[in-house]
Amino acid sequence: MKLKKSTVNNLISYGIVIVAFVVVQLMQGAGLISRSLRGQLVPICVYIVMAVSLNLTVGISGELSLGHAGFMSVGVFSGVVFSEWLMAAFSMENETMILVLSMIVGGLFAGIAGVIIGVPVLRLQGDYLAIVTLAFGEIIRNVINCLYISVDGGQVHIAFDNPNVLGEIVVNGPAGTRGVSRMSTFTVGFALVLFTLFVVLNLINSRSGRAIMACRDSRIAAESVGINVTKYRMMAFVTSAFLAGMAGTLYGLNMSSVQASRFNFDTSILVLVFVVLGGIGNIWGSIIAATLLTVLPELLREFSDYRMLVYAVVLILVMLVTNNPMIRAFFARITPHRRGEAGKGGEAA
Amino acid sequence: MTLFLERIISGINLGSIYAIIALGYTMVYGIARMLNFAHGDIIMVGAYICFVAVSSMSLPPLVGVLLAMVVCTILGVTIERLAYRPLRQAAPLAVLITAIGVSYLLQNLAQLIWTANPKSFPSLITLGDITLYTSASGASLRLTGTTIVTVLANIIIMIALTLFTGHTKMGKAMRAVSEDRAAAELMGISVNRTIALTFAIGSALAAIAGVLLCSSYQVLQPTTGSMPGIKAFTAAVFGGIGSIPGAMIGGILLGVIEILGNGYVSTQLGDAFVFAVLIVVLLVKPTGLLGKKVHEKV
Repeated sequence: MKLKKSTVNNLISYGIVIVAFVVVQLMQGAGLISRSLRGQLVPICVYIVMAVSLNLTVGISGELSLGHAGFMSVGVFSGVVFSEWLMAAFSMENETMILVLSMIVGGLFAGIAGVIIGVPVLRLQGDYLAIVTLAFGEIIRNVINCLYISVDGGQVHIAFDNPNVLGEIVVNGPAGTRGVSRMSTFTVGFALVLFTLFVVLNLINSRSGRAIMACRDSRIAAESVGINVTKYRMMAFVTSAFLAGMAGTLYGLNMSSVQASRFNFDTSILVLVFVVLGGIGNIWGSIIAATLLTVLPELLREFSDYRMLVYAVVLILVMLVTNNPMIRAFFARITPHRRGEAGKGGEAA
Repeated sequence: MTLFLERIISGINLGSIYAIIALGYTMVYGIARMLNFAHGDIIMVGAYICFVAVSSMSLPPLVGVLLAMVVCTILGVTIERLAYRPLRQAAPLAVLITAIGVSYLLQNLAQLIWTANPKSFPSLITLGDITLYTSASGASLRLTGTTIVTVLANIIIMIALTLFTGHTKMGKAMRAVSEDRAAAELMGISVNRTIALTFAIGSALAAIAGVLLCSSYQVLQPTTGSMPGIKAFTAAVFGGIGSIPGAMIGGILLGVIEILGNGYVSTQLGDAFVFAVLIVVLLVKPTGLLGKKVHEKV
């Protein structure tokens, strides 16, 4: 009975996303969407996936990751290089095919980075874990800044800190990717959002997902009932990295040039703002927050100076309000049946 | 050889600044058990206050530094009162996110007030350079006045803090709170006041660190404090969080590692080296170099 309810809920979620996609497509067909907003469609998909995947780490698994942009960055650069290689080595022309394959490769590279980072990081907890994810994010950025990658026929040349590489340069050190064919489309972005939702919602409602949340709520209690804490924390962390990598590739192939310096601490914090504002642990909240906060700055250009200021205030206020004992008691009273669901668990931990 | 010694000296200079910032981190972490992410941005505010006082109001440098210390102390205590105290019982995740919010708030306020354009910060230290020796090829090894003042300030602050935590009633209260907050409260120590005092001391030190940092590098912008702040936290962890001599040793070692990494490996990778140190320390010896001795905790 319970499983059925969650399945129905998931189907409703997919339905809403599909309806939103169809509505946007119809509006686009009717010419109702402005040029600047049309340019925002792919970034919106990217940030939705980033926010949902970070929510998996922060909300469901209960670990504050401050290096999420690092995984995105790995996805951007591996995906872009792979797409150029596909075109050079196999002269592939089907752009959607290249995009999807590159996204998978970008996701895999980010996933591998997730494993490499997760092994040391997940031995830590709390503040230390957060600061080490931050450190890894910075290390990824620094290292990619030194990479020069070129595609020469079917061969990929990689040089470290040395701009003299054979063939046509794709990744040019601090100057970032160069001459990328922009093949990202809103349709593929939408498919990625759907895929992300499918993965995350199914994970949350599975046996593994409950184990992950058990580790979050009480590590010792989870361990004592035989849950392999490291395994499940790792599962959440790597899945999150994989999805961020796929989003990164989509982002990289949407721009003719992207620099590694773009994926700094600020970007990680931006995604964290989406998660916190949408509600830690609440997947739908992340989707809505990511969409609104990506569209709004475009619409309110004249306030762009105050954007980060407002985000900072939002972060502080959301934390102060959700942790206020009186307000918490009030919400606990009006929604007693929702206790134990993903809702506010992250903060209660 | 001269180049190597030069790098060691500039490493010690940078490391001394990290050490002063790390003292603020280590005290707050030791007593309030929270990572005050905004500490780095208090440095930046201190530097701006001093800059305005000296450049625009043409006050003497020492008055500028004192003014910066006063403003930062008030700022630090206010932040603690408004943002951190309501979250004393909350989950660490919530406190950390709030601290990140405060950090961004300070950065963006500074950007609105002083714009994002980098300001050229005049060195406030008028002490002359000392030439240690001149080699046959004409290369000379010099100790700049800034370095001398920075290292001296570091040593004085460390001794003063050690005496303060070890021999005054307030210092005793701090150590008690850091060891067992509930027991300290039962003994009649006001935990809130002790934590506020810690923030006040940490923020005043941050102001000094800000002035020294900008005297050494002579550039000031709203993001000036964030990276040194994070690196100083690394230094605090390296030396053993909660330990005053640890913060100093960790800071100086980290400064030297960063400058040597920058010089001998790649200028792009200096930061990466610092963070690699953090990761290795946390995995191999999470208590840091001097973190073991509990009685040294402030």
